[in-house]
Amino acid sequence: MMGIRVQDTAFDAGAELNTFTEAQSGAGAVVSFSGIVRDVDGGLEHMEIEHYPAMTKAALEQIAQDARERWALSDVLIIHRFGHLRPRDVIMMVATASKHRADAFAAADFLMDFLKSRAPFWKKEHLNDGASWVSATDQDEAALKRW
Amino acid sequence: MIDVLYFAWVRERIGLPKEQIETQAKTVAELVSELVEREERYAVAFSDLSSLRCAVDQELVEFDAPITAAREVAFFPPMTGG
Repeated sequence: MMGIRVQDTAFDAGAELNTFTEAQSGAGAVVSFSGIVRDVDGGLEHMEIEHYPAMTKAALEQIAQDARERWALSDVLIIHRFGHLRPRDVIMMVATASKHRADAFAAADFLMDFLKSRAPFWKKEHLNDGASWVSATDQDEAALKRW
Repeated sequence: MIDVLYFAWVRERIGLPKEQIETQAKTVAELVSELVEREERYAVAFSDLSSLRCAVDQELVEFDAPITAAREVAFFPPMTGG
């Protein structure tokens, strides 16, 4: 199984995790991660997330498929928002299910590394004194080499 | 005719999200050279290719990738998902 959603509307990460967990049969472990809009210096008014609609879903499916080929996963969930977000909003979540926790943890870590720099999303921070695009870091790219 | 798409600051610098271009370019890099010669705004947007990524028909590729059979080429900064 595999669930991939790209949406501009908010979602309840807790409810999504419960639904995902309840749907599992045979899995002994579920790992989840949620990314939230952070406002480090208190100056963030909102975050704009742009994406490449014709490519996004296929790119996420490919990343999820790559994870499934590396680890014994019974299910993968990826939800990623785009559009207008405010501080503390949930941007995205991943959840993985497997028989044992090691596979679920490793796969969630892998999914996040690849979502960060191989899924076609771009973040723009609108601060109270101007706006700027979030830059990818060398660490983001280096993280992919772990796998 | 090929659809050329721009995202994030590439879109802002070029001033539009999408355009159709008549080109004889055989690779992404050749298309970039053609665009750069057209107008200053393209030269500015494509001044440092190491800060750009590209996709041909929604697949990430390198700049030497062929586009002779492509319908869509996209240019954008390194992605910041997650």
